[in-house]
Amino acid sequence: MQDFIDNLIRSWGHDPAAWPWTQFLYLAFMGAAAFIVVNFAAISAGIFSWAERRVAARMQSRVGPNRVGPFGFLQWVADAVKLLLKEDLVPAEADAVLFRAAPYFMMVGFACVFVCLPFSHKLIVADLNIGIFYILAVTALIVVGIIMSGWSSNSKWSLFGAIRSAAQIISYEIPAGMALMIPVLLAGTLSTQGIIRAQGGWPWQWFIFDNPAAFAAFFIYFISALAEGNRTPFDLPEAESELVSGYNTEYSGMRFSYFFLVEWGNMWVMSAIATTMFLGGWQLPGLSPARFDALTGGVAVIAEIASLALFAFKTLFFVFVVMWLRWTLPRIRVDQMMNMCWKYLVPASFAGALFVAAWMLLVHEAPWLGQAMRFALTAIAAVTVAAFALRTLKNLRDTGDKFDFTSNW
Amino acid sequence: MAEAVLFYLFAAGVLAGGSQVVLRRNPIYGAVSLVGCFFFLAGIYVLLSAHLIAILQVLVYAGAVMVLFVFVIMLLNLKEEELGELRFTFWKVVGLVAVLATAAVIAWRALGPAYPSTGPARDNAILLAAEGFGGVKAVGRTLYLAAVLPFELTSLLLLVAIVAAVVVAKGKI
Amino acid sequence: MTSIGLPHFLIVGAALFALGMITVVTRRNAVGILMGVELILNAANVNFIAFNHYVEGPGKVTGQVFSIFVIVLAAAEAAVGLAIVLAIYQTFRTIDVQETDTLRQ
Repeated sequence: MQDFIDNLIRSWGHDPAAWPWTQFLYLAFMGAAAFIVVNFAAISAGIFSWAERRVAARMQSRVGPNRVGPFGFLQWVADAVKLLLKEDLVPAEADAVLFRAAPYFMMVGFACVFVCLPFSHKLIVADLNIGIFYILAVTALIVVGIIMSGWSSNSKWSLFGAIRSAAQIISYEIPAGMALMIPVLLAGTLSTQGIIRAQGGWPWQWFIFDNPAAFAAFFIYFISALAEGNRTPFDLPEAESELVSGYNTEYSGMRFSYFFLVEWGNMWVMSAIATTMFLGGWQLPGLSPARFDALTGGVAVIAEIASLALFAFKTLFFVFVVMWLRWTLPRIRVDQMMNMCWKYLVPASFAGALFVAAWMLLVHEAPWLGQAMRFALTAIAAVTVAAFALRTLKNLRDTGDKFDFTSNW
Repeated sequence: MAEAVLFYLFAAGVLAGGSQVVLRRNPIYGAVSLVGCFFFLAGIYVLLSAHLIAILQVLVYAGAVMVLFVFVIMLLNLKEEELGELRFTFWKVVGLVAVLATAAVIAWRALGPAYPSTGPARDNAILLAAEGFGGVKAVGRTLYLAAVLPFELTSLLLLVAIVAAVVVAKGKI
Repeated sequence: MTSIGLPHFLIVGAALFALGMITVVTRRNAVGILMGVELILNAANVNFIAFNHYVEGPGKVTGQVFSIFVIVLAAAEAAVGLAIVLAIYQTFRTIDVQETDTLRQ
């Protein structure tokens, strides 16, 4: 973004390094970018809330919201308006200052992530050279917000939910961070755009298929991200059968909606990080980043939109998988959750990082081995997906269910 | 110009957060304002073009250390009345005066002619994530080449700290 | 006011050190004292990085590497310190450092 602003200033006939207003122009653009990404996060979270209810209804053979707008699409707007108009209650025994401040901490921690999250070839707020590390760091603010909300509510359910959530997020940050270090090792940079550029457009050029450890790291990251986002099967902090609603029990109105905005918005964040780190990001098949940079005119605009669409498609697919998991898997117990993290995911992620370091040395000596492994892993994945699709089609045939997208919807 | 504005903003945030730690009796307020203080401190590190340290500051302090503090405060469930009333003993006043005098001497020395008041020229260093100075590469090279022995010893120290924390807090395993 | 130099950062460090020291001196609960120690360590970090930037010059990052060690030590110190606080609370039912003085008797 800085290059863009510098060029803009040059086109006005000033030197960016000497012109006194340069830094204020930067700040203005930063404000504008912040406005755009926060609104993107809020609107996408709203749309996901509608999508999740529709997907859930479909999976449970129900109808789901279908009254407001076509297919009930505007339901999320109606819900948001309702929440805005509701009274903002603060319990009498609550710690009013912290109680009011907690949702903002969560919102800040969540919105800061979007600074380094790429959308397409050029569309990124700031391509920091410590990008992925920055994303890991700012999400820590969400934990502080959760603990504050739980403690200040002065309610058993909130406190239990907050303690569970904080323990869960801090524990799963370790395997998530280590799993994300594997693409960093492979790419040799922490910048999110740099990691995408180190991959390629075709599936066998993605980092997920680079070697067996990277393949495992993708799943370690995905499981840990589910746990960090408090999604089923790790939604223990919000377990409604035990804790009413967890740390947000005492909240109402707009502040309540912030918690859910963060939860649904996190689905985009975790899927976009997975796409960036493991699945080639916005890379178009057959168009190398160097040639992409060299494009000009209308072709460049078309390629830009195509890369944006491809990135959004990959990300939205994983958002759907997250919803799918929620309505498929039951919730696990607290001790199972901790066991899974500390006894399996943490050692596996550390072993994976060591394996990748050794693998890179090996591939450096014998490049054909790396190529063979990429093609083999891609073929295994393709066969698995094909087998899954065939099996699903067979099941559908046997039960007589149809792809009935008209009558129920 | 913008750099000066940002510096005064961050410095005010740091000192406001730090003074809350002193003034607030309730430790949970102290801990939360300390989180804010460390965030503004990360901003100051960015102004000094130490981007990696700024991120480490947020990751380690806001993400781990302060969460640990808040956890312990919540576990002990400290209330205002359990903290005892505020008392100004003779030695406390002496300590306060000594501390303020020390800080004043440091500040007076800092303003003296010994240190340069202007730094190396860096155009728009605030917003520029420079690849070299302060980046991951430079710090990593120094850390793993010049300081590799202390680095390895630190890992040993962390192991000792983990074992010690578990043994002390849990009593029997 | 437009030019920010080394003294500005050193004064922030000194003020932070003073705040941390006052916390350590005046607090009687152990958690508060540990928070003061964290403030002092961060004051040291500000000085390390400021000197690194203004005195050591571009291309050298020894001060930053040193501050990494300070951050690691601060994290280890907080973990062990808070574990000791928990152990003290289990024994004495208080974390007031002036009442946990059985060793003196």
